[in-house]
Amino acid sequence: MKKPVIDAQNVDLTFQTNDGPVHALKDVNLQINKGDFVSFIGPSGCGKTTFLRCIAGLETPTGGSLTVNGLTPEEARKSRSYGYVFQAAGLYPWRTIAGNIKLPLEIMDFPKAEMDKRVEKVLDLVDLKGFGKKYPWQLSGGMQQRASIARALAFDAEILLMDEPFGALDEIVRDKLNEELLKLWAATNKTIGFVTHSIPEAVYLSTKIVVMSPRPGRITDVIESPLPKERPLDIRDTPEFIEIAHRVRDGLRAGHEA
Amino acid sequence: MRPDTTFEKIAWPLGFGLLVLVLWEVVVRVFGVSPAILPPPTAIGAAMAGSLPILWEDWVQTVVKGALNGLWMGTLAALILALIIDRFDFLKRGLMPVANFFAALPIVGLAPIMVMWFGFDWHSKAAVVAIMVFFPMLVNILGGLAAVDPMHRDLMRTYGATHIQTLHKLRGPAALPFLFNGLKIATSLALIGAIVAEYFGSPIRGMGFRITTEMGRLATDMVWAEIVVSAVTGTALYGLVAGIEKRVTFWHPSQRG
Repeated sequence: MKKPVIDAQNVDLTFQTNDGPVHALKDVNLQINKGDFVSFIGPSGCGKTTFLRCIAGLETPTGGSLTVNGLTPEEARKSRSYGYVFQAAGLYPWRTIAGNIKLPLEIMDFPKAEMDKRVEKVLDLVDLKGFGKKYPWQLSGGMQQRASIARALAFDAEILLMDEPFGALDEIVRDKLNEELLKLWAATNKTIGFVTHSIPEAVYLSTKIVVMSPRPGRITDVIESPLPKERPLDIRDTPEFIEIAHRVRDGLRAGHEA
Repeated sequence: MRPDTTFEKIAWPLGFGLLVLVLWEVVVRVFGVSPAILPPPTAIGAAMAGSLPILWEDWVQTVVKGALNGLWMGTLAALILALIIDRFDFLKRGLMPVANFFAALPIVGLAPIMVMWFGFDWHSKAAVVAIMVFFPMLVNILGGLAAVDPMHRDLMRTYGATHIQTLHKLRGPAALPFLFNGLKIATSLALIGAIVAEYFGSPIRGMGFRITTEMGRLATDMVWAEIVVSAVTGTALYGLVAGIEKRVTFWHPSQRG
């Protein structure tokens, strides 16, 4: 059997706060394979973002084991094995769009010519050709978020971690970006971890849906999607799609009542 | 209301300034105010026109040698200390109270001691200025270095960026608006410091020296002439800093306008 890219065994995380310990993650077990598109869905406080940050090495679990490509998340972070997309675009306002995309490349010491080539390539991927010289504050929210995805893609890490990247966008823009993200995923075959609290978004995008619930943050259901890899937007009206959406909703409800 | 054109932006304050000068002239003449109390603007103008070489010499001595030298020295010292304090957390606890203490030092008490240490010439004035601007610069730079969006910082961590890289690519640029706020305060402090420090001993030139000696001779037109020069200098320095700020931090919401 192939080794999973991300392997979580009994991961626990307790934050010490002024109001006492908060059990953010309890006994999380999950294997993510290469090329998977995994969505984490659940209400606020269920630990979905925290778990993504653990994978990214931005938080450290207090128990269990978590490996990324066989390394600790900290080592994986330092060997630059993933691109991370945050809830907000988080572009640096003093840099142009092209400059922002170059930022990780500069830090990783790419040669100059290679940088320009890659910037062009990812701008094209996210449909922002010709906007390289603009400043972030001159673009719409949707365009900024696309630029931040381009920035995460620029150094071609094999894992892409996305924390509610489209949460702040309106439904129409979100649909469009979801469709583009699927195309991107098909074109690059990256492993994607995607946090959301939209059921249709999770079902539409994922090969694997992880349903989580709060207090303490834990996994209540893992759904392997039977949908084909090729997914037009109107797949959302098919009985298969609606059935998976039902199962996700049931999982969320069960977690809430427990 | 439609925004002012460039011409109107200059014309309005200029008009008001002229009005004040005319009123001043009229009041002094009509009520026969003694020139020792308040000379009319025309007399001040005549004094300035008649002693341009002296005003220039004083200006170079006080502004260029005293204030500007002290300004860059104090700013550089604050920048270096800020970077060190930022790197080593224990220094924040140890050095900040000391820096606070420095800020509380009364300049009027300090100036004679600086004269004793560094002599009558501009060096002692620059020292006073450096001490005066040091603290506001330090506080502003440290504030700027700390004022980084947590998401921007996490982003640098996901790239595995080093401390120096994060400083260079993120925290440095993010601190610039704070640095310029500090500089705007520091330029006016520098001018005051350099002039006042000369009251406690100086060679026979400098704006502070001229103000005290001419006052002693009741030549108030010359005192006013120096005051005008220092006010114009202060305004110009502030304008210069604000101009550079606009170019360098064009991306900041306060500058996008």
